[in-house]
Amino acid sequence: MSQILVSMDGISKQFPGVLALDQCRFELQAGEVHALVGENGAGKSTMMKILTGVYTKDEGRIVYKGKEVEIANTKAAQSMGIGIIHQELQLMPDLTVAQNIFIGREPRAALPLFLNDKELNERTKILFRQMNLNLDPRTLVSELTVAKQQMVEIAKALSYKSGVLIMDEPTAALTNAEIDELFRMIGQLKEQGVGIVYISHRMEELKRITDRITVMRDGCYVDTVRTDAVSVDEIIAMMVGRQIYSVSKPSISAGTKQAKVLEVRGLNRGSAVKDVSFHLNKGEIVGFAGLMGAGRTEVARAIFGADRIDSGEIIVNGRKASIKAPKDAVRYGIGYLSEDRKRYGLLVDMDVKTNISIASYRSFRSSAGWMKQAGMERNAEAYVESLKIKTPSIDQRVKFLSGGNQQKVVIGKWLTRDCQILMIDEPTRGIDVGAKSEIYKLLDELVRQGKSIIMISSELPEILRMSHRIVVMCEGRITGELSSEEATQESIMKYATMRAGEIAK
Amino acid sequence: MKLAEVRKPVAIKTGAAQKLLAFASLILLVVFFSLSSPNFFRFDNLIGIMLSTAVIGVLALGSTFVIITGGIDLSVGTVMTFASVMTGVVITFWGLPIPLGIAGGILTGALCGFISGWLVAKMNIPPFIATLGMMMVTKGLSLVVSGTKPIYFNDTPAFAKLAMGTVLKVPYAVFIFFGLAVIASIVLSKTIIGRYNFALGSNEEATRLSGVNVTFWKIIIYVITGAFAGIAGIMMASRLNSAQPALGSGYELEAIAAVVIGGTSLSGGQGSILGTVIGALIMSVLTNGLRILSVPQEWQVVIVGIVVIGAVYADILRRRKK
Ligand SMILES: Nc1ncnc2c1ncn2[C@@H]1O[C@H](COP(=O)(O)OP(=O)(O)OP(=O)(O)O)[C@@H](O)[C@H]1O
Ligand SMILES: [Mg+2]
Repeated sequence: MSQILVSMDGISKQFPGVLALDQCRFELQAGEVHALVGENGAGKSTMMKILTGVYTKDEGRIVYKGKEVEIANTKAAQSMGIGIIHQELQLMPDLTVAQNIFIGREPRAALPLFLNDKELNERTKILFRQMNLNLDPRTLVSELTVAKQQMVEIAKALSYKSGVLIMDEPTAALTNAEIDELFRMIGQLKEQGVGIVYISHRMEELKRITDRITVMRDGCYVDTVRTDAVSVDEIIAMMVGRQIYSVSKPSISAGTKQAKVLEVRGLNRGSAVKDVSFHLNKGEIVGFAGLMGAGRTEVARAIFGADRIDSGEIIVNGRKASIKAPKDAVRYGIGYLSEDRKRYGLLVDMDVKTNISIASYRSFRSSAGWMKQAGMERNAEAYVESLKIKTPSIDQRVKFLSGGNQQKVVIGKWLTRDCQILMIDEPTRGIDVGAKSEIYKLLDELVRQGKSIIMISSELPEILRMSHRIVVMCEGRITGELSSEEATQESIMKYATMRAGEIAK
Repeated sequence: MKLAEVRKPVAIKTGAAQKLLAFASLILLVVFFSLSSPNFFRFDNLIGIMLSTAVIGVLALGSTFVIITGGIDLSVGTVMTFASVMTGVVITFWGLPIPLGIAGGILTGALCGFISGWLVAKMNIPPFIATLGMMMVTKGLSLVVSGTKPIYFNDTPAFAKLAMGTVLKVPYAVFIFFGLAVIASIVLSKTIIGRYNFALGSNEEATRLSGVNVTFWKIIIYVITGAFAGIAGIMMASRLNSAQPALGSGYELEAIAAVVIGGTSLSGGQGSILGTVIGALIMSVLTNGLRILSVPQEWQVVIVGIVVIGAVYADILRRRKK
C-alpha cells in the first residue's frame, strides 16, 4: 500500500565552481522514514533545499503526489505540505519561541493586520504538550541552549502538519532523552502516513528508525536500499566508494604522566559552573562527558576567557594565569573550538583561507607589517588537503560550504595556531564517518607531538575511544573522574545523572 | 531521563531594562536642571521643550521602524523638507484645500520611502547608500521645486494652526507627536508589520525561509518611515508658516541619535517606540537645559554628542553583564 509521495529525477544543480548535484534522484513513499546519507558535501542538504524551494534546480523533474511540479520558493513548498528542519538553525533570536514557530502564519485578530498573540501562545502550548516539551512559548529564542533551539525548529516543522517532513541532522545537538522523544514523534507521524526524509551521520540512528536508505556520493546518486537488508559497514562502503573500510580506531599514545600543563582550581561561574577543579597533563586527552547543559561548554568558555568567572584559579605550566579575554588565553597557548561554529567559530562571509589563518595572523606577518599571502595560502591548502575539506578553492566563502566542511575549517584554524592546549567542543558533530576517523587520527597525532587536549563530547563512544581520562559533569559540578580503563558507558552515565547531594565520596 | 535546563535567570526583559535606564536618565536630567535654574521647570519652558521635541520626535518614531530591521534611513531629514515643500506647492501654488496639501505631504514622504525601500529590498542596494542617495536627491528637488525660495502659507492662516493651535496652552504639535507615538507603538507590538519588522532585524534569511515575503514587508517598512517624515514635514511647515527648502539636513542624525538613546539596536531586532520617545525627550531636555544654564551653543553640541555615546555604552555594559 505504499503510495509514492515525492519522486525527484535527474536533478542537477551547479553553484559557481561546484557541481553540487549531478543527475541525482530520490523517491519518498507515504509513511516511510527514508534516510539520505553521504559524506560531507555529498549534496544531501542541497537536494532537500531544492525540494523545499530554497534553491531552484538547473535540471530534472520533481513529481509530487503524481503531478509534476515546479517549486519556486519556500512559500510554495510550505503550501504544498513540504516542511523542513534546516541543518543550520534558522531562527530569529529576538523573537519568542511562539513567534518563531508561527512566523508567516500568525493567527490574526478581527482587525486587519492585527495579531492574536494569545491564540499564538495557546497553540504553541498545545504543540509543546504533544511533544512532551517543557518550554514557555514566551521565552526569547536567544535565551535558549542550542538543544532547545533545535527542539523549537522541530516544533516549527511539526506545526505545519506537512505531508512530507525533511530533517537535516536534527539530532546533532540533542540529548539522548530528546532524541528518544523525537523518534517517538517520528513514529507517530509515520503512522499518520507522513513521509519523512532523515539526514544523519549517526549510523546507529539509521538502523533504529529508517525504512530505506538512499546513498549519495559527490553529488551523484549511488543506490537506494532497504535498511534491514544492509549492514552499517556496507552503507559506509557505499558512501565513501571504497570496499574495504572500517571505522579506524586510532591507538591512543600512552598518556605521559609528566608535567601538568593546565590546572583549574575552584572555578565558579553563576549557576553554570560550580567549584570545578581538574588538571590536564602534557600529551593527554581528557574527555569531558555529561548531558547537554551539564556546564562543560561553560567551563571551556570560562578557561578561554570568553565568559567572566566569579572565582577560581587557572594555572598554566605551573604559573598562575590571568585570563580576562580570549586573546590572553591564546597568548598562553590555549585554543578553543566552539560547538556553535556558525556563531562563534567562523567568519561565514569570508573565505576559507582567511578563516584558517585568522587566529594566527601574527605568524603570517612580515616585519614590515605586510601579510604573507603565499604563506597563508600554502597553510590553508595544506589543511584543506589533510582534513579533506570539500571546497572548490581556498578562496570560497565559508558560508557556501556544507555544514560538515565548515566544522573542518574551524579545526584547521586552531591547528594552524599551534596551541599547546586545545579545548575542542563536540569535535565531530555533523561530520561524516570518514572525516571523523581523520579527525581522530589528527587528535592522536597532536598528543603524540606533546600537545594536550580537552575534548568535550556528548557521544560516549567517542569519549571512550579517545580519552586517557574522563571527567564527568552534571549540573555545573564535576561528579566523577574515570581512567580510560575503568570507564564504561554505564559508569559515565551514572555520574552524568548524579545530582547535587548524591555525589559519591 | 529529563534534565534540568541550565538557564540564566532573566529578571527583567531586555528591552524593559534599557527603557528603565533611559527613563531614569530623563528624570535625573529634569531634576538636575530644575535645581540648577528656576527658569527650567516652568510651564512655558516645558511646553517649549515638548514643542521642540515634536518634529524630531516624529522623524525618530519613523526611523525606529527601519532601524529595527537592521537598516537605516539617512534621507528622513531632507524627505521631511521635500514633503513640506510639496505641501506648499499644493496649498499655495495650486491653491488647493489644506487637507489635499496634507495628503500631498504625506504621500510625498511615503513615495520617497517606497523608492528607498524598493532600492534596498528589490535591488539589494545597502540601506546606507540607497538612502544617502535619496537624501541628496530630495535635498536637490526641494530647491528645484520651490525655486530655492521659501513658500509661505499667508493666504491660508488655518494651516499654521495645524501645529501651533493650542488646547489648554498646549500646541497641537505636541498632541500629534504623542498620538503618533501611540499609533506607532501599536503597529510595532500588535500588528503583523511589527512582527515582521523584528523578524527581519533578527534574522532576515530565516524569515525568508519561513515563507515570509521579505521584499514586500521591507518596502512597507520604508514607506512607513517615509510617511512619518512626510508628517514631520507638514508639522515643520505649519510651525514656521512656510516651507523652507534649505532646512532639514542633519535632522536625520538627530532622529537616529534619539532612537539609539532609546535603546534600539542599530544591528536590528531590538527596540521600542517608548524608548524612542524617551530618547527624543532626553535630547531636547538636554539642549534646552544647557541653553538655560547659558552653556554656549558650541559646547551644547559637544555635550549632546558625549551623551549619545555614553547612552549606547551604558547599554552595551548592561548587555555584557547578562
Ligand atoms: N550556496 C552555495 N554556493 C556554493 N556552493 C554551495 C552552496 N551550497 C552548497 N554548496 C556546495 O555544494 C556541495 C554540496 O553541499 P551540501 O550542503 O548539499 O552537502 P551535504 O551533503 O549536506 O554535507 P554535510 O553532511 O556536510 O551537511 C558542497 O560542495 C558545497 O560546498
Ligand atoms: Mg548538509
